[in-house]
Amino acid sequence: MDAFILSRLQFALNISFHILFPTITIALGWYLFYFKLRSNISGHPVWMRMYRFWVRVFALTFALGVVSGVTMSFQFGTNWPGFMEKAGNVAGPLLGYEVLTAFFLEATFLGIMLFGIRRVPNWLHTLATLIVAFGTTVSAFWILSLNSWMHTPQGHEIVDGVIYARDWSEIIFNPSFSYRFAHMLLASGLTASFLIAGLSAYRIFRGDDKIAPRLALKTATYTAAVLIPLQIYAGDLHGLNTLEHQPQKVAAMEGIWETEQGAPLLLFAIPDEESKTNHLEIGIPRGASLILTHSLDGEIKGLNEFEGEHPPVAPVFFAFRVMVAIGLLMLACAWLGSFYLYRNGTLPGWLNKVFMGMSFSGWIATLAGWYVTEIGRQPYLVYGVMKTQDAVTGLPAGNVAFSFALYAITYAVLLFAYMATLTLMCRRSVEIEEITSEEREKAKATKISPLGA
Amino acid sequence: MPFESLSIETLGDIYIGLLALAILLYAILDGYDLGVGVLLPPREEAFRDDMIASIGPYWDANETWLVLAVGLLLFAFPDAHSVILQTLYLPATLMLLGLILRGVSFDFRAKVAQVKKRRWDLSFKYGSLLTTLAQGYMLGIWVTGLRTDWWAQGFALLAAFGLTAAYAFIGSCWLILKSESALQEKAIYWARRGLVVLSIGIIAVSIANLTLHENVRELWLTSHWGFVLMAIPIACFCLLSFCGVILKRMPATNGKGEKLPFMIAMTVFILCFTAFGLSYYPFVVPGQMTIADAISDANSLRFLLVGAVIVVPCILAYTFMVYRIFAGKAEKLTYY
Repeated sequence: MDAFILSRLQFALNISFHILFPTITIALGWYLFYFKLRSNISGHPVWMRMYRFWVRVFALTFALGVVSGVTMSFQFGTNWPGFMEKAGNVAGPLLGYEVLTAFFLEATFLGIMLFGIRRVPNWLHTLATLIVAFGTTVSAFWILSLNSWMHTPQGHEIVDGVIYARDWSEIIFNPSFSYRFAHMLLASGLTASFLIAGLSAYRIFRGDDKIAPRLALKTATYTAAVLIPLQIYAGDLHGLNTLEHQPQKVAAMEGIWETEQGAPLLLFAIPDEESKTNHLEIGIPRGASLILTHSLDGEIKGLNEFEGEHPPVAPVFFAFRVMVAIGLLMLACAWLGSFYLYRNGTLPGWLNKVFMGMSFSGWIATLAGWYVTEIGRQPYLVYGVMKTQDAVTGLPAGNVAFSFALYAITYAVLLFAYMATLTLMCRRSVEIEEITSEEREKAKATKISPLGA
Repeated sequence: MPFESLSIETLGDIYIGLLALAILLYAILDGYDLGVGVLLPPREEAFRDDMIASIGPYWDANETWLVLAVGLLLFAFPDAHSVILQTLYLPATLMLLGLILRGVSFDFRAKVAQVKKRRWDLSFKYGSLLTTLAQGYMLGIWVTGLRTDWWAQGFALLAAFGLTAAYAFIGSCWLILKSESALQEKAIYWARRGLVVLSIGIIAVSIANLTLHENVRELWLTSHWGFVLMAIPIACFCLLSFCGVILKRMPATNGKGEKLPFMIAMTVFILCFTAFGLSYYPFVVPGQMTIADAISDANSLRFLLVGAVIVVPCILAYTFMVYRIFAGKAEKLTYY
């Protein structure tokens, strides 16, 4: 294997590992802020109990995000020096703004959020929680702006092969940015919701009959039930935006080899790059045309129009189906779960188990979605401007192989430890008597029932 | 575009200044928490809990200065970033591994079963050690102008131990400030030993440094500025000797002067850093690449400068606020 393939693998590994954690913390930050607000308003101790449990999950997740993020910041220069040489004038300031306006904010106020409650007034602790949530979102703003610009570049000019920024508002608010940003924030919301719901379901399954897990399950399931249709809608808009700007990506997603009118929506197929056809097609006639052009006979450009300029088809095609399948599964679970929770206040045993199994489903959907869009941009690094192979490092392949192996082993261990620790935290919390006698007295005195709210 | 009047030379100086500030703050701030990690005693669990508690609210933000420094180097001096990090690819990878291990251990140790806690503590300690050694090694190779011969390797190894000693010293001074009774006594003991190792290290690195570059030797030994410059190492030694005297008298019963060792350590860091900075300005890679060779496009630099001018003072202000909030002796780490 050469340094090009190894660099791509290593970058994919690093960024795939990294994105798992921000995907949780962006929305979990807002959940914590919500818990804190409810606690401030109602004074019922259960909200603070939930805050306490989930802030520890947040801290662990955040730490993993920070360390893998530090690694990312080195990868650009070490493995893709050509990217910074040619596109650094655009990428640099956007990354710089992310560090300045988001990273310091999150990292500094996290200290207050985690350890400061006895040292600062309550309002400042609430504010710190809000700032951390805000910071995670701001960081998503900048990085998605840069990523979107790499898909739909504009506002720049090229002189002697080097990209110069011309109009920053055009660069930041490039055509695919708002769709991608919304799609990612909603993905984060769903990932965190299913994590909270899943781990709460696990606590209930282990015999935890306290209020906190039931309330957390309810909050997260209702939130997911609202977010998932929004996400499907946002995803659809994003798809139309992609059709406009990167038609070959859509052709790969839908497995359309030849331009056709009334293209079918393929539910399953095995794309064959050699013969440029699909095997074992199962599809809905005219479905793709209907969805993408809103007409039964709409024309969709096939891969034949982008000879040598289109991405590898199979990974994009399958990743897209994985993402959509999980999305639909989420829809079914969230709505069914909400129905039962609203009517009975609990989930039936089988659905409780399904929720447990769905704990990390958001990760799979998010990764699959990113693979669709990133592999779908190949062979370009900056769409239409710069090819991935022109950015690669001059490092010896042996060095990259060494670092790749090191990262792969470390990340595998950490991922296992992370998931094991979360489940251990759940099991432990079952045994802990959550509400102290003093707090119970206080709750009785105020007679507030958070579950009825 | 604001700052239109700034020439590319001025922008280069501003950005090298920002980069220097980020690196200096990183060395001091992450320096003490890395140092605390390196000092972590494998056999005394109570000490470990208190030591880690003393850096709990800070380490995340401390590490962010590294991200800023790398980001600024990457963006303002992309050619220097490429050549430095490609030459130092393996030590940089090991440093990142060290940072990953210590960063996650911090959170895992508090959440896992008791039997596994020690394992994460060790991973914290050796992750910190790997980080400091790798950083010192990288610093050493950078100073030689990215040479890879044996003499340069030897110098880099010296720098690796020197920087580790410096971090351990500032870490123990931090602990004197943040801890009480038994741990404080232990920290004073560490600081005394660290002081000796650090002094030897500074002398060795300074002398070796003079052998590396013709122009550096000239600047320090024969130029008119030489006398002024010499004030820096002399001041360093006065401060370190003073620190030795203070440490001998500690622990004072009323807790007087507990801040002094850390203040001195910080000043020594600033002085050593200034000496380095003056020696190698205007190079971004000593002897190889100047600021002017490596600087990126002026318009992009101006665009980020707008943000930096507004945001950096805010960052310094709220960082200061957090240190005020958590001032005094460290409490046991509980998620409140």
